[in-house]
Amino acid sequence: MKRQLRYKFLFIIAVILVSLYGIIGIPRSKSELVANWEKNIHLGLDLRGGTYLVVQVQQQDAFNAQAGSDADRLKDEARKANIQFADIDVEEAKSLATAVKAAIVVKGVPSTQAGSFRSIVNDKFPQWLSTPLNGTDYRLTMKPSEALQFWQNVLSQSKSIYDRKINALGLSEATVQQRREDADSELLVQMPGVDDPGRVKQILQTAAVLELYDVKGGPYASREEALAQNGGVLPVGTRLIGAPGSDPNARGGGVYLVARTPIIRGPDIRDSRPQQGQLPGNWETLFVLSQDAARRFGTYTAANIGNRLAIVLDGKVLSAPRIDAEIHDTGVITGATTQQEAGDLALNLKAGSLPAGIVFEQESTVGPSLGADSIREGFVAGVAGVLAVIVAMLIYYKKSGINATLALILNALILIACLSYFGAVLTLPGIAGIILTIGMAVDSNVLIFERIREEAREGKAPAAAVDAGFSKALLTIIDTHVTTVVSCAILFLFGSGPVKGFAVTLVIGLVANVFTAVFVSRFIFDWEMSGPKPVRALSI
Amino acid sequence: MEIFKRTNFDFLGKKWPFIILSLLLTAVGVISLVVKGGPKYGIDFNGGALMDVNFKQRPSAEDIRAALRKKITGEIEVQEVANSQEVLISTSVRDPKGLEAVRNDMLATLNATFNPGMAGKLDINTATQGQLVEGLREPLAKAGAALNDDQLQALVSRILTYRDTPPRSGLIRNLDELSAVQGVTPGVLGAIKGVVVPGNLHVGRVEIVGPKIGADLRRQAINVVLIALAAMLVYIAFRFEWMYGVAAVIAVFHDTIITIGLFSLFNKQIDLTVIAALLTLVGYSMNDTIVTFDRIRENLRFHMRGSFREIVNASINQTLSRTVLTSGLTFLTAVSLFLFGGQVLNGFSFALVVGIIIGTYSSIFIASPLLIALKDLVESRRKNVRPSAVDARSRSVAGSVKGIKTVK
Repeated sequence: MKRQLRYKFLFIIAVILVSLYGIIGIPRSKSELVANWEKNIHLGLDLRGGTYLVVQVQQQDAFNAQAGSDADRLKDEARKANIQFADIDVEEAKSLATAVKAAIVVKGVPSTQAGSFRSIVNDKFPQWLSTPLNGTDYRLTMKPSEALQFWQNVLSQSKSIYDRKINALGLSEATVQQRREDADSELLVQMPGVDDPGRVKQILQTAAVLELYDVKGGPYASREEALAQNGGVLPVGTRLIGAPGSDPNARGGGVYLVARTPIIRGPDIRDSRPQQGQLPGNWETLFVLSQDAARRFGTYTAANIGNRLAIVLDGKVLSAPRIDAEIHDTGVITGATTQQEAGDLALNLKAGSLPAGIVFEQESTVGPSLGADSIREGFVAGVAGVLAVIVAMLIYYKKSGINATLALILNALILIACLSYFGAVLTLPGIAGIILTIGMAVDSNVLIFERIREEAREGKAPAAAVDAGFSKALLTIIDTHVTTVVSCAILFLFGSGPVKGFAVTLVIGLVANVFTAVFVSRFIFDWEMSGPKPVRALSI
Repeated sequence: MEIFKRTNFDFLGKKWPFIILSLLLTAVGVISLVVKGGPKYGIDFNGGALMDVNFKQRPSAEDIRAALRKKITGEIEVQEVANSQEVLISTSVRDPKGLEAVRNDMLATLNATFNPGMAGKLDINTATQGQLVEGLREPLAKAGAALNDDQLQALVSRILTYRDTPPRSGLIRNLDELSAVQGVTPGVLGAIKGVVVPGNLHVGRVEIVGPKIGADLRRQAINVVLIALAAMLVYIAFRFEWMYGVAAVIAVFHDTIITIGLFSLFNKQIDLTVIAALLTLVGYSMNDTIVTFDRIRENLRFHMRGSFREIVNASINQTLSRTVLTSGLTFLTAVSLFLFGGQVLNGFSFALVVGIIIGTYSSIFIASPLLIALKDLVESRRKNVRPSAVDARSRSVAGSVKGIKTVK
């Protein structure tokens, strides 16, 4: 018996030491203690401050763009194969829900050429499924399996671009992840320590699609004017670009007639950085092209000296300078007024262009001041509550109240240590879990003590009363704990972030509680009664 | 010390007033819910924007509302946080694309209305690290206290940490306070005063939730609570008997309904933290009920004398001391949380305070009478079952027994 007690004692001491090590390590000074504590206890965004964003990737943009470029290719292929058609146009998807329905509508293919048209679609456009509308018209939609693949690609591309943007901003702790497992379109961006998300949101939102086009005409004030100037129809292989209805002489204004395909696209950019402009207070963004693109660009500019080149960012014509000489691999975008503005554009160009636009679905920004307040208030409330409980236990259960108090403190210690070892994040709902744990811990002690009292009242000797009390209360404790663990398992499986945090802390607390209330408290009783003097009455 | 010694109250004899009280509370809650068109969801569940603003001197809720009304079309709610100068401003926005605009409009309007005459100066209470670094670089150089980039970043970060630490909680009232910050010499302070002013407000928290996510979270929260209840029912049915499971789950459901009803009655919003509180309260209440049921089971096993009703009543009495003590102690924790826990935990602790009271009483006056009623119902059914059905059942049992025998 004595020997068994000694083993139990050593085991409890070991648990305490391991727990302490998990929380504060082996500190050599007070400052190291604080540093270790801060390193080991990970606070959630709601407690330490930070921003949490949910962005919805507007898949329809990517689907529409894909349909658009494939429609252009289809026209070229049809012309090459001498297939006649009245019109090939895109039927755009209007919302995220209908994104996969973006279609290419082909009209007026003579029925005699139907076979060759179909074989072009089958051979050159395997992504698309052609459905005849009537004898001469067809509607092409993406095959379901291809659409799913495309959807996932858009999402993972967006995710990696966000990763790059956030890294470039120096937010090393920030993470980007898919909000839910299923083929959803939402990304979760968590940025600890960021309490002014304005700039970050701006950067995330910028699609940064940079394109350089050969200018064929303009600027015009409106689409109508552009058409009128060109005899009512656009020349083959051209398109209109820019902001209709704006001042053609202003920056970013006017409508330009440009070649349909850009000479340079976003992916051609190798590097980009901000630099001081020629005038003081002016900043510009320099971009450097990849080797391949530089060669192409050199040939093009050499052959087009005197022509104009439109620099288009996210559909806006930033400028349309005249080509004065052969340009190889660099260009500048002017017009920024601060270094940050030029720098942000450089960052966006380097990160790559987003395949689709985004909408912010959710933002939660907690400033460090509120986080600090919550921690302080939560701490004060927790300590006040626990102290009140301890005082009440000591009054009500006299010396046995000490058992309960030790068990309670050890429970908290183990709980915090487990959070640290598991790398779990402590959030407000997690604190709720801790509070429920305290309640359950108090309850276990009360259950046991009441049982011991009952047994003692029936005339049992102290040792027998303790024994019977513990073994009878154990069944009840296991039932209440397992029921709660079962519900926690459900919360963990089906709940979202905050609810999960609650479940995790609670389960850890419950397991720790079975150990402290049953094993440790029992040990203290046994140890008390193993002394040389026989115990006549329990202080309970 | 002992409060209850061998009590023998006839709880079940006095159940009716309590059952009627429960029904009444439920009815009041449900009526309030119906009249108000469902629970008052926080922006987490409904979509909208919420801002937690700390003022030096809080303007009246009406002033804030009037100022915001000019820019924002949706319903604006201004809630004053007790014992502080803090205000919670929320507005519901149904259009996901309008959320960004609302956020910026709210900030701009608050600044324009309550921070007049800041022309060209930096407000230390709303400035970001980047803005302060940019704003202070030149003045510091001019004041002969030029710092390199790293030093400047570190200084600004120290100033902001100082600002955000309680008791300032984000609000510097007087720039002279900054002299407590390491590195702010009188020269530096002079330079700071040249370009920086202390504004009247600080935004501690911004929450924006799109309607889609809101609906998503709402559906998920309801599902998760229902599934958790079902899982508990299965477990209790497995450990005890199905009747116990049903009685326990109905009692817990009753607690949840009443708490949600009271939230509606007191016009309190239900948000994600309240859901956490509801889960906590489900945990407590379930715990209470199981302790009583456990005792009933034990008494039945040891063949206590008396009818089922008497055994249940005795069990309640035997566990009464524990029930009152545990509830009392956890109640202490909940009350301290309600009093000192701050506004973020306010809804949570309110649900807890209410929940503990209701949870304790429901395990005595709802769960136990329900268990007896279920048992009576089952037994009277069993008696009334037609003989042929009994025959069929006993035959099949006999058959299965025979089956086992042959295997052996």
